[in-house]
Amino acid sequence: MRNVLKHLTSKSRRSAWLAFVVLAIALLALPFFTDALLGHGWVRIMDFALLYIMLALGLNIVVGYAGLLDLGYIAFFAVGAYCYALLGSPQLGLHLPFWIVLPLGALLACLFGVLLGAPTLRLRGDYLAIVTLGFGEIIRIFLNNLNAPINITNGPQGISMIDPIRIGEFSFSSTHELFGVTFPSVHLHYYLFLFFTLLVIFISLRLEDSRIGRAWMAIREDEVAAEAMGINTRNIKLLAFAMGATFGGLAGGLFAGFQGFVSPESFSLTESITVLCMVVIGGMGNVSGVLLGGILLIALPEALRHGSGPAQQILFGKTIFDPESLRMLLFGLALVTVMLWRPVGLWPSNQRRRELAVENNATQL
Amino acid sequence: MIASKSISLLQVRDLKVAYGGIQALKGINLDVAPGELVALIGSNGAGKTTTLKALAGLLQPSAGKIHYHGISLQHRAAHKLIQEGLVLVPEGRGVFARLTVEENLQMGAYCRNDKSAIEQDMKRIYKLFPRLAERRMQLAGTLSGGEQQMMALGRALMSGPKLLMLDEPSMGLAPMMVVKIFETIRNISAQGVSILLVEQNAKLALEVAQRGYVLESGLITLSDSATNLLGSAAVRRAYLGG
Repeated sequence: MRNVLKHLTSKSRRSAWLAFVVLAIALLALPFFTDALLGHGWVRIMDFALLYIMLALGLNIVVGYAGLLDLGYIAFFAVGAYCYALLGSPQLGLHLPFWIVLPLGALLACLFGVLLGAPTLRLRGDYLAIVTLGFGEIIRIFLNNLNAPINITNGPQGISMIDPIRIGEFSFSSTHELFGVTFPSVHLHYYLFLFFTLLVIFISLRLEDSRIGRAWMAIREDEVAAEAMGINTRNIKLLAFAMGATFGGLAGGLFAGFQGFVSPESFSLTESITVLCMVVIGGMGNVSGVLLGGILLIALPEALRHGSGPAQQILFGKTIFDPESLRMLLFGLALVTVMLWRPVGLWPSNQRRRELAVENNATQL
Repeated sequence: MIASKSISLLQVRDLKVAYGGIQALKGINLDVAPGELVALIGSNGAGKTTTLKALAGLLQPSAGKIHYHGISLQHRAAHKLIQEGLVLVPEGRGVFARLTVEENLQMGAYCRNDKSAIEQDMKRIYKLFPRLAERRMQLAGTLSGGEQQMMALGRALMSGPKLLMLDEPSMGLAPMMVVKIFETIRNISAQGVSILLVEQNAKLALEVAQRGYVLESGLITLSDSATNLLGSAAVRRAYLGG
């Protein structure tokens, strides 16, 4: 019996390893496939998708785990991006290296997370949403107006000519030839972002299954009871804000280095809402769900942009609606449909799934 | 058996709490001796929940002294009190609806790190509430009101309480369930845990308690042994329906 068990576990472990290796190769080869099959623009879209996934995972900590509705999350992305932009561009004449600027941006965003968290500790739900919304706007407006009397952020024009991401002598902004394979800049960024995304996923999963993660969930469910259990709700909530903001700042720094240009209009309320949509539609509190939400919300509008024109040609023989305006309509429709059919998200967390299963059992009885 | 000052586990003197300009507690005195079951009864808005919240550190009193184990609890954070064995089961039970029964019970032991003792306690609680053992993988939000109250009690016990403060454990429960819950409270008390029980259901509370206090608009108007209170004409008229 024991031998059988041993055999089974070793077999399942082997298949888990196999799945891991296959997945790793698939992820590494992905940019070359999309390049060949879908066209050159898609790797760039994938790069942005990874940045958004990092943001969504960060927001998932605040909204999904701790249940604190944050409508100004993009502000932390902005803080990270501007930190990188200011310290690594001709704007202030500073050209600090990537490995200093990126952690600094994440740290600064973390600080802003605490700054937002501290005064809002007593707020929940709608009230918290309004304060965070205001916070997001304040950051954006500051960035917009900090060009006078002293020019710091260069105002609405934004900061351009930001240093590319460079580790030692290896610059991510130029094409490299390695082992006889040509890696364009977008491919290199893909691998870099993939690394950081995996890091964020790993940290998220570890947190979910930790004492801190359980404390976040307890606060989400009932704050008074959580405090009665001996949870220091103040610190634990601040930690949620700080962790979420750190991931946002990290993504922001990478964004600035990748894009080479930042301006306040990249950090509007719409962006906050997009990231929130990824979390909610994918499945709050579940890392896999959030990944799915992030991929869908980036891929779907792009697919509609490229697909809705040809589809009309086939159906009607001509283009009736401008694909550019049609795609947002279809996108909105898709979001509404998902929320009506799957109110807990496409891939809910275990708890949500169990909850649904129990409800179904109840209705069957 | 009126608790004397020296053996008191909890000692409250001249406690005042205000919500803005409204004085909810106007200076109350209250004692709980080790192992004692004390009932605090009173009508709606008398200040019962306010008293418990102030004792649990969830509200900041405007004046007065709270001594627990002879130590002052002034400016003590709520989450620290549980480590001293001062545990509140909040009104409306406060279950973590989207966590399972087992996860809820584990949350009770959040401040402990003696793994084997926690497991022992878990077994003890499942023995005390076989119903919870049957439903340990179920989400707490799907339990009936009575089961949720059992779980809240079990969760409180997981933290290893010395003084358990129960806020309206009978609220919103079927009469059968209320009887069961009160049996359990008596049971817990018999195991040596001191209990401060806040109830609107004065008769039930006084039947399990050894002593009782009557709270009326922020003041303690009566305090006596439970049997005397049950027999008192004033209490009968006001709370027990004549």
